[in-house]
Amino acid sequence: MNHATADHPVLDPTVAPPFPVAALPVLRNPQLRKNVAHAIDVIQAKRARLVQEKADWQALRTAGAAIRDHVLENLGAYLEQFEERCTAAGGVVHWAADAADCRRVILDILREEKAQEVIKIKSMTTAEIQLNPYLEAAGVNVFETDLAEIILQLGKGEPSHIVVPALHVNRSQVREIFARSMGIENLSDDPQALTAAARNYLRQKFLTVPTAISGANFLVAETGAVAVVESEGNGRMCLTLPRTMITVAGIEKVLPRNQDLEVMLQVLARSATGERMSPYTSLWTGVTPGDGPQHFHVILLDNGRSGILGRKTERQTLRCIRCAACMNACPVYRQTGGHAYGSVYPGPIGAILTPQLMQMHHAQSLPYASSLCGACYEVCPVKINIPEVLIELRAQVTNQERKQVRRFFDPMYLGMRMAGLIFSRAWLFHAAQRAGRLALRFFTGRDGWIHSLPSVGAEWTQTRDLRGLPGQTFHDWWARRKKEAR
Amino acid sequence: MRASLFITCYNDTLFPETGRAVVTLLERLGIELDFHPQQTCCGQMHANTGFRAEAFSLAKRFVRIYQDAEAVVIPSSSCVSMIREQYPGLFEELGNESLRRDFAALLPRVYELSEFLIDRLGVEDVGAYFPHRVTYHASCHGLRSLHLADRPARLLARVRGLDLVPLPNLDRCCGFGGTFSVKNGEVSSAMLAVKLQDVASTGAEFCTALDNSCLMHLGGAMHRQYAGMRAIHMAEILASTESAPAEALK
Repeated sequence: MNHATADHPVLDPTVAPPFPVAALPVLRNPQLRKNVAHAIDVIQAKRARLVQEKADWQALRTAGAAIRDHVLENLGAYLEQFEERCTAAGGVVHWAADAADCRRVILDILREEKAQEVIKIKSMTTAEIQLNPYLEAAGVNVFETDLAEIILQLGKGEPSHIVVPALHVNRSQVREIFARSMGIENLSDDPQALTAAARNYLRQKFLTVPTAISGANFLVAETGAVAVVESEGNGRMCLTLPRTMITVAGIEKVLPRNQDLEVMLQVLARSATGERMSPYTSLWTGVTPGDGPQHFHVILLDNGRSGILGRKTERQTLRCIRCAACMNACPVYRQTGGHAYGSVYPGPIGAILTPQLMQMHHAQSLPYASSLCGACYEVCPVKINIPEVLIELRAQVTNQERKQVRRFFDPMYLGMRMAGLIFSRAWLFHAAQRAGRLALRFFTGRDGWIHSLPSVGAEWTQTRDLRGLPGQTFHDWWARRKKEAR
Repeated sequence: MRASLFITCYNDTLFPETGRAVVTLLERLGIELDFHPQQTCCGQMHANTGFRAEAFSLAKRFVRIYQDAEAVVIPSSSCVSMIREQYPGLFEELGNESLRRDFAALLPRVYELSEFLIDRLGVEDVGAYFPHRVTYHASCHGLRSLHLADRPARLLARVRGLDLVPLPNLDRCCGFGGTFSVKNGEVSSAMLAVKLQDVASTGAEFCTALDNSCLMHLGGAMHRQYAGMRAIHMAEILASTESAPAEALK
């Protein structure tokens, strides 16, 4: 535990350090890198196997993208329909413009219920609004019930992945956390022993805490239903035992019809966990007397989403169904894990979603946290062209920054502007090549290679040599050859 | 048949031997090559870093220079990808109709080198000789944007003497990513380290690809580490013969 910054990552984009800085402690932590690479290699292999067996996978992706696009084009109408049907079924629908609004609505409900404690189904949306620390500060004890979330809550860790949030923690570390926080002596790191310990801890919460909070995988407009998929049955427990259920859902989560779940549940399970179907798929509609929670609230959260909706290239970001296939496939995420992204949404989707949710005022380093290799787009079950959105967001960041006086002499900006000018005229290009050859001669070793460069170049030569510029460009060679042929 | 060579800015400056190899190879196959002296850069670096105004003018420049070419051959998969995937959006944003029309007419005649050999010329055996153990790195743009598929392997399989060893984790990026390699130098280096382990595991003397940007990255690290391997553009392997071996072998 000697890497303070790796152990205490900041997942608030308004204060998180830029990606290259936040990535450093992880890059230097062999345990963390091994845990992350091992975990995603396992998930990736499972996903690849299950996608391969599906002959119509590409058609399913196309259908998934079409359903989500249709929703986004008619979002207002489907949300109103959802509100009407959910209300008719006995639910109470609230609208929240931002995170603060949403947290306040939740606390008001809890105060009305006189709730001192809540149990939670794993939810990225409640992590996005930083609900847990807010409720704890207001005197409400929050208990996560998803195994990975328990590990993080008890170990005071932060999620590094949206589907398997404790993927950076290995089982011997889980054993330490459980043994310490549950006071169990001689706990083994056998997965069965660890899950048994978690089960004992959880049963008591399920039986005694009368209020639950969930996120939503989908909302169904035609029925007013909420759908949640999970692997452990903790969600099912939260949906049956408590008296009150509060669901927080981003406004983009709605689907038009029950039938749309046919496509979405197939692509979600295969992409997320490499399963044909998620072990538990729960759908609940309003309130059923004598069965399950008797008080049911849904909070529809905007928090920056409607601003993305109106933008042509970026709108596809909202197709996302949070399967995490993009981060599992990402060669950058494989090295850095999730904490470097400074947001609860890491990986390629986080790199485009986080800055947009922040109206491009924060997290400007994230669109650059990608080599644009395209692996994310290839696996995305709803065909979000993440590289395309990354490039669009880079253009926005550049347009913001290049107007700033302090960026004028920034080597990157200066270099890019000069290159733009140089490439605009062939004679300028050739003059720059000659000047560059002369300048670089100063840095070129006797072996003909450059081992160290100043400024931006040092970022290259920190791990890579660069061959010194050849004495003759191709242009020169071609011109001479043509002359000799005459 | 005639073809116009777009050498690309960094091949022209840093890897002229790749261009010379393309000339040797295509002339051997009977192609009459043409090289437009006004060419500079496709605009990929600017577009991918967010400098769209600069990218616009370079994209326009490319179309104006090549609009009358019978075929354009480009020995760089990422530059071809830039032209195919990003030019349409750039021209749409510019709203210049005549440019869009000229580009649409030009696009089907723009080829990456292995596409030109296999799809346009219908050749797999280019008469090359390269008696070395080689592994092929499928650059991300060649793999996922151009879908080059088995074209490179088919060409390499017909090179006499060449021992082709498959590269594990072929679909994984080497970490170059253009300005990513300096904006995120440490993460890029971590990705490179993983890729180099895979390359080393093949026991190959040469790692080849259809894009010198990945090869500059891999080759730069191989040189730094005295790794006993070298990076070489596939054009140089395909141009190599018994009587005129690749420049890299001299």
